Amino acid sequence: MAQLQVSNLSLRFGGVAALRDISFTAEKGTVAAIIGPNGAGKTSLLNCISGVYHPQAGAVLLDGRDVTALAPHVRTRMGVARTFQNIALFKGMTVLDNLLIGRHCHQRAGLLQGGLYWGPGAREEIAHREVVEDIIDFLEIEKIRKHVVGTLAYGLQKRVELARALALSPRLLLLDEPMAGMNAEEKEDMARFILDINEERDTTIVMIEHDMGVVMDLSARICVLNFGQKIADGTPEEVQRNPEVQAAYLGQSTPSTRASA
Amino acid sequence: MTGLPAAAAESASGAAATAIAASAVDAAETFPRLLARNAARHPARPALREKDLGIWREVSWARYLEGVRELCLGLLSLGLARGDKVAILGDNRPQWVIAELAAQAAGAASVGLYQDAGLSEVAHIIRDSGATFVVAEDQEQVDKILEIIDQMPRVRHLVYWDPRGLRRYAHPALLSFEAVQERGRALHAAQPGRFDEELGRGGPDDVAIICYTSGTTGSPKGAMLSFRNLLTMALSLHAVDPKRETDEFVSFLPLAWIGEQMMSLSSALAVGFAINFPESPETVMGDIREIGPHVMFAPPRIWENLTTSVQVRIMDTTPFKRLLYRLWTPVGHRVAALRFAGKPVPLFLRLLWHLADLALFRALKDRLGLSRLRTCSTGGAALGPDVFRFFHAMGVPLKQIYGQTEVSGISCIHRDGDIRFHTVGVPIPGTSVRISESGEILTKSPSVFLGYHQNEAATGEALRDGWLHSGDAGYLEGDHLVVIDRVKDVMRLADGTQFSPQFIENRLKFSAYVKEAVVVGKDRPFLTAMLCIDLSVVGKWAEKNRLSYTTYTDLSARPQVYDLLEREVDEVNKTLPGAARLHKFVLLYKELDADDDELTRTRKVRRSFVEERYRDVIAALYGGAREVPIDTTVKFQDGKSARIRTTLQLRPLKLEA
Repeated sequence: MAQLQVSNLSLRFGGVAALRDISFTAEKGTVAAIIGPNGAGKTSLLNCISGVYHPQAGAVLLDGRDVTALAPHVRTRMGVARTFQNIALFKGMTVLDNLLIGRHCHQRAGLLQGGLYWGPGAREEIAHREVVEDIIDFLEIEKIRKHVVGTLAYGLQKRVELARALALSPRLLLLDEPMAGMNAEEKEDMARFILDINEERDTTIVMIEHDMGVVMDLSARICVLNFGQKIADGTPEEVQRNPEVQAAYLGQSTPSTRASA
Repeated sequence: MTGLPAAAAESASGAAATAIAASAVDAAETFPRLLARNAARHPARPALREKDLGIWREVSWARYLEGVRELCLGLLSLGLARGDKVAILGDNRPQWVIAELAAQAAGAASVGLYQDAGLSEVAHIIRDSGATFVVAEDQEQVDKILEIIDQMPRVRHLVYWDPRGLRRYAHPALLSFEAVQERGRALHAAQPGRFDEELGRGGPDDVAIICYTSGTTGSPKGAMLSFRNLLTMALSLHAVDPKRETDEFVSFLPLAWIGEQMMSLSSALAVGFAINFPESPETVMGDIREIGPHVMFAPPRIWENLTTSVQVRIMDTTPFKRLLYRLWTPVGHRVAALRFAGKPVPLFLRLLWHLADLALFRALKDRLGLSRLRTCSTGGAALGPDVFRFFHAMGVPLKQIYGQTEVSGISCIHRDGDIRFHTVGVPIPGTSVRISESGEILTKSPSVFLGYHQNEAATGEALRDGWLHSGDAGYLEGDHLVVIDRVKDVMRLADGTQFSPQFIENRLKFSAYVKEAVVVGKDRPFLTAMLCIDLSVVGKWAEKNRLSYTTYTDLSARPQVYDLLEREVDEVNKTLPGAARLHKFVLLYKELDADDDELTRTRKVRRSFVEERYRDVIAALYGGAREVPIDTTVKFQDGKSARIRTTLQLRPLKLEA
């Protein structure tokens, strides 16, 4: 069954149609990519999936359940986590604290129990710390466990943000340009982490990415957007062969652009 | 337990056993039998500790033995035979030492590989040793082996201990550490006496490890060492530099290196102290601080790094702390200087030192994780006097040692209260050292190795009449040994005196700004040097002097940096005899790297490779030009390469008469 199904989604901001009739699915346990030129509507689509935007038409289905009307925090509890294009971490806090905040949606202890760090509150925190330590080990950030996030290099912050998303124990992970601004070595590490997350943690991944090498290597399925419309959808080979995709990326004239001109 | 000698019987005396109990061990043992003895004596005491998921997790001696038994029986059930070889490749983890002991318990020898070794090196060592089993850590190492497994027909099984990323691998030779241990458990249930039987069949003169030497020339050679070799060495060292059963040791240097084998296996098993494995290679310094080891053994670069990190951080700290540092360190240095000179320290100065200890040294040692350090040594290369002074001033009793793979570790060490910077100390008990007529250091002791694996010619060259020919040139100063250089590197100057490039290089490297130095001059009219700057220190200096730079290449080409280094080289030149002074130097555009074959894995300069690689630079140093254009490609670890185009300046030095 599809982990994520987006059907006939349309999103308008006033007179601007950000997304027009988009349909797109991500199968369970796969890596899917959304690509397209700047302003194509990629992040808007991701925001509709995570619940930040509510589309005027169409539906978002998680595990076959319609979540179009649900708030972001409800979807988080259902197993959706994301990272942001521009890092959105708590810069003044340590890596460990940032990750523990990621566990917040799974914490049951109240202010009193947690604050006193006693009985069930203490046990719960220890259990969450174990989950977090497992992620720290997984993403190889032991060295910076107690560093303040704001002092870290950009590439590392990206990794910490991924770690925080993983701390939510997601079934569907949305990554908004995980490789942006990274050097070759960091990209290679990140690509390996994404594959490992997908394989070892059974997580479905939907990512927006501009690095075509990465997209073609990692994804099973690619959805291409241009000016809010889906222009292609399929395996990397199919998408690469698609003339409209070539036009959108290389600026060649094709039958459809000539027709609209 | 059957098959165990008398040592196990004395376990009744219990916890009182410390150094005395350890000395009761004789060298006629095997590692696995010592493990069984320790497990019988202190089953619940921690033998190994590993930081995993942020917590130090203990492995008791009993559990250590159990792990070895399971793996050993598992390997036997897979067809490992006595006399076979097991290659081990990975970071320092409990599984590494368990794999080694399991192989030895089954009568096989272990062959350690450096975790950062490249494909050709790995292939050479596995083929040369004839290993039938390879135990590798993770996906990275498994990938290496699988890539070349077709060239190594003798390898039957590849065992990994970290399954991450390996789920979809389906090579028939591949199986997990746990799966092998599971087979071992089954075999143990069927034949409960089998393991002890295997232990009983082992003897002290079996080959325990084949240790591939770093090889500053040509490909590495496998030195075969017996249990007797390794244990005699550990016990002789223990006699002059005692350790306790309750000591802690952090294992962070490659286990394929004899120095780490000497501590984490020979000494730890003979004495019975605990080994701690860091969380990851990047967290070593923090992990050392958490453990607070009593015993430490590290090459000079670790001690230099500690010193540099203190000096760099003192520059950045608050004025108050800097004041404390400036106020109290001279006290430490005065006391250390008196001790080095063998003079008594006056009572007043001793009291003052204790004040300094309270106000500064304790906090400093705590920061570095050296608070509990009782015995520590440096070896492999020369360590600058300033670094020695720095540690002794704080009350950290750093000693120099000397040794090589072929003597199972070390043969000489400084004694307490008899530290001389330029020597490597006095031979340990049972070891005789003499100097041959050609000036080569010869060693004779029960620790001298059995020979090189399948290399009669090299063995005959190294071992003559029972004396190990080290290839090092040196001399004796009383009973202290002084090492000059490799014999083949010692060169004759124009006036006929012998001189050693390494001697000058070490003097140059004592400067904090210099990371590596290569002195050239054999069959040349004068001496020149190629230097690599230390990026962290020179970078800090540049920052302080408002000198902006982008990369290593850029920084090392700055005239201001040349001026800085010229002052350093001038200082060294002043201490050298006329003919041995450097005439010119050049700052290289990259650091020397083991991946480029310029250094050995233990970071010794491979002179011939370096001289070949920088042929053009050397030619320019002896030509008339002031600069030399460079257009070259450098290879990164991931196989990518980049082109470097720059112009190197050649800086002539003013030579005073």
